[in-house]
Amino acid sequence: MKPPLSRPLLVAALALAVGAAAPAAAVDYVIDTAKSHASINFRIKHLGFSWLTGRFNEFSGTFAFDEAHPEASKVKVEVDTESIDSNHAERDKHLRSKDFLDTATYPKATFESTGVKVSGDKATVTGNLTLHGVTKPIEIVAEHVGGGADPWGGFRQGFTGTMRIPLKDYGIKFDLGPASQEVELTLNIEGVKQ
Amino acid sequence: MQIGDSRAGYGLVTRLTHWTMALAIPALFALGLWMVTLNYYSPYYRIAPDIHRSVGMLLLFLLVLRFAWRLANPKPDDAELSAFESVAARAVHWGFYPLLFAVMVSGYLISSADGRPVEVFNWFGVPALLHWKGLEEPAGKVHEILAWATMILVVLHAAASLKHHFIDHSSILKRMWSGPPSTS
Repeated sequence: MKPPLSRPLLVAALALAVGAAAPAAAVDYVIDTAKSHASINFRIKHLGFSWLTGRFNEFSGTFAFDEAHPEASKVKVEVDTESIDSNHAERDKHLRSKDFLDTATYPKATFESTGVKVSGDKATVTGNLTLHGVTKPIEIVAEHVGGGADPWGGFRQGFTGTMRIPLKDYGIKFDLGPASQEVELTLNIEGVKQ
Repeated sequence: MQIGDSRAGYGLVTRLTHWTMALAIPALFALGLWMVTLNYYSPYYRIAPDIHRSVGMLLLFLLVLRFAWRLANPKPDDAELSAFESVAARAVHWGFYPLLFAVMVSGYLISSADGRPVEVFNWFGVPALLHWKGLEEPAGKVHEILAWATMILVVLHAAASLKHHFIDHSSILKRMWSGPPSTS
């Protein structure tokens, strides 16, 4: 009787067999907030006359992406609500107050995807947005901007996506007028392969 | 009419600044509490904070002038006060200066944290000294807490003066109103 395969060899053989059968696994990326190749911007109508824009300066996140199977992608982002910046100190203070984000009680807002549907060069990312202590499903219309090797030995993928947040749905009741019931949030995220 | 203070009583400058502040400080406190409750479409949504900021900045200048005036003038005689009253009065009077200064400066720092000048009516803007992102948050907390502390001191001060006036029948309140007896 032949001696059985040694244990390490067996593990290696199994790994090879499984690897050959399974599709290439999605790769994990960390959003490049360290060097700020990512931004979260918002805009909301002012009185219906113009767009007021601002941003959240501090956030972090990761995503998993496989170019051959984009519907298997996942994304998770966590935002420091206190970092809101609309280029006006008094307004930012008001936005952080109980009238809006109540950042003292709700310092974080998060989005975690639950599914991705691809159609053409766009995708609809569904997921749960937690904002102002309320968690609700929401959609992001997303687009793959580009990806590939960077000049410094890394590998990157970048996306842009937009979601529309009805403020009242998230318990933010300060009334800015009929034209300003929704805020549009745009995420520009570039991830570095881990 | 006596302009400066003397051992006998308060002159015109001190009395005017005292009663201007006595009126304006509680009014600004009430205005501050009220203005943050206004809704976006209130006709006062813009004008109420404009007045609060403008009057606050003017009071800051007045406070600095008043402090200099206090230092440059003799203090009217307080011999009638008991030892405790004398210490308490001094603590309240000297407590007002740093407290009011901190309240007004913290308010100024909220509005100027992003580098914008603080507009005083439409007369002039006080330029931002600091351009410090995020300073509006700690400055706002300090402003609110010290504003309440100021009002506590105001109540103590007013209660003490009324006690001297109505219970002790002293002239302490009257002399801040009408100044020293005419020497002529």
